[in-house]
Amino acid sequence: MSSRISPKEVAHVAMLARLSLTDEEAELYASQLSSVLDHASDIESLDIHDLEVTAHPLGLVNRTRSDSVVSGLSQAEALSQAPDEAQGMFSVPPVLGEPS
Amino acid sequence: MANAETDLKDLGVRGESDFLPDGWELVCGLEVHTELKTKTKLFCGCANVFGAQANTNVCPTCLGLPGSLPVLNERALEIAAMIGLALSAKVQASIFHRKNYFYPDMPKDFQISQYDIPLNADGYLILPSGKRIGIERAHVEEDTGKITHLGGASGRIHGAERALIDYNRSGVPLVEIVSRPDIASPEEAREYVSELRSTLVAIGASDGKMEEGSLRVDANVSVRPIGETPFRTRCEIKNLNSLRSLVRAITFEAHRQVAAYLAGEKVTQQTRHWDESAGRTVALRNKEEAEDYRYFPEPDLVPLRPSEEWIEGLRSQLGELPKERRARLVESLGLTDTNDQIETAISVELYPFARSALAAGLDPKITVARCANELASLAPLDESFEISWFVELLRMETNGEVSATQAKSILAEVAKNLISPKAAQERLGFSQLTDDQLTKTINEAILQNPKEWERFRTGEAQLQGFFVGKIMKATSGKADGKAVVRILLATAEQR
Repeated sequence: MSSRISPKEVAHVAMLARLSLTDEEAELYASQLSSVLDHASDIESLDIHDLEVTAHPLGLVNRTRSDSVVSGLSQAEALSQAPDEAQGMFSVPPVLGEPS
Repeated sequence: MANAETDLKDLGVRGESDFLPDGWELVCGLEVHTELKTKTKLFCGCANVFGAQANTNVCPTCLGLPGSLPVLNERALEIAAMIGLALSAKVQASIFHRKNYFYPDMPKDFQISQYDIPLNADGYLILPSGKRIGIERAHVEEDTGKITHLGGASGRIHGAERALIDYNRSGVPLVEIVSRPDIASPEEAREYVSELRSTLVAIGASDGKMEEGSLRVDANVSVRPIGETPFRTRCEIKNLNSLRSLVRAITFEAHRQVAAYLAGEKVTQQTRHWDESAGRTVALRNKEEAEDYRYFPEPDLVPLRPSEEWIEGLRSQLGELPKERRARLVESLGLTDTNDQIETAISVELYPFARSALAAGLDPKITVARCANELASLAPLDESFEISWFVELLRMETNGEVSATQAKSILAEVAKNLISPKAAQERLGFSQLTDDQLTKTINEAILQNPKEWERFRTGEAQLQGFFVGKIMKATSGKADGKAVVRILLATAEQR
């Protein structure tokens, strides 16, 4: 099995997706993902230069709705899904990143 | 100068192009996010309004609840394309992408944006100075929710105990306008954002309010020795909430980078936060990891393929852009360059007045002056303040029916009481005196000042002012000076 993706890269992608993997899992997925990438590379080898890019399988374009207000959820309904609330807002532990 | 933490007040904060140490130049590009003036959000029917009670304009779609699906807002798409047209960009077929990241401001854990194929590409904006700033792209995306950090000393994340989230802003339509790195000074950055804002406001795309966050600017700043071609490492500066912050932050950051190079240090590619009160930028995070957004095409939205007909229909709705307004006024006034009065008169609120007055054939100099001074000082004008009132007043002033001083008072009265200039003139008692009334007053003045009259009658022209003054005093300033002189001269002829 060729390895198109290393366990280290798998671990990096897992971190971005906030997935917790053991070393064994990272090894396993590296091997499985490599075979998926092998398949992609088979497709890549085909000559498709005169084909139009398929951006969406349905073939539909320009589907829009009119700009008119539809009533949504009440504050109470929205917050019913919150882990915790304060001052009418979703309350979560502080997250490092950008100051608001 | 070689100290990277140099205080801003020691630096050239005025923003001219030679603000850096000899031999160094600024390379700057700006990313401007503008919220679009639509009734609803980008992908759902929730109201797009600022300042509502928290989490009251939300639905399963903008809360990212399972099973919800986005449907594109027709008007948002139109406005986005109009922005492209106003920036002379190519409006092209495009698709949406998911930008994946984990942060509670975006409950789906991805933001719907555009990636390699944006709606608008390759445009430019000509600044009032004549400088051309390239626009790389202007793409459509959704805004995120707003996080407030609770607890901690400054309300900032460090030391915060909780993060509170309001999703009213989540899903509000945005267009991100990315300039090319053509900006060579902090002052030019200010000019660019200012002209871009006027353009967005003029076409009705945005209300342009930086203080409410409906226009947000990030600056990509790097420096290089003059003559060096490749770009050096850039830093992205966030939290630029005013034009003043923009100028100060770019100035600081450019100096910081030059100082680092001069000290033999490297500049690390990173996102930096502008601290307005401290007057400096501080590192937030290194860029490489944060940029790993794993973009992929949004399967829940179909591609956009704008037709020529649709694009031309939007082009016809653009109206006069600020650069065209400026050119019109500069030409009307017989000038070669713009000035402060013109820049004020082309604003979205005042320009319709100037345009109508000029179309009515009124004097351009008076028109622009009354717009930029008197009318501007009365802004914001009530919605029922009629443009025709302004035109009528200028006509009265031009015809000599009222003096310039009276015209200004009348304008204030019109704005205050929302009445026509004729009614305001009446109310202020500025109605013109008839020739008979003036003749009577002049005769009284002659009787009271026989010696002066004799000298005037026999050729001492400088006494004209003496009599005009007497008449003005007697009529409490209501007399028209020109009419007084006419009657004075006629009376002198007769006697």
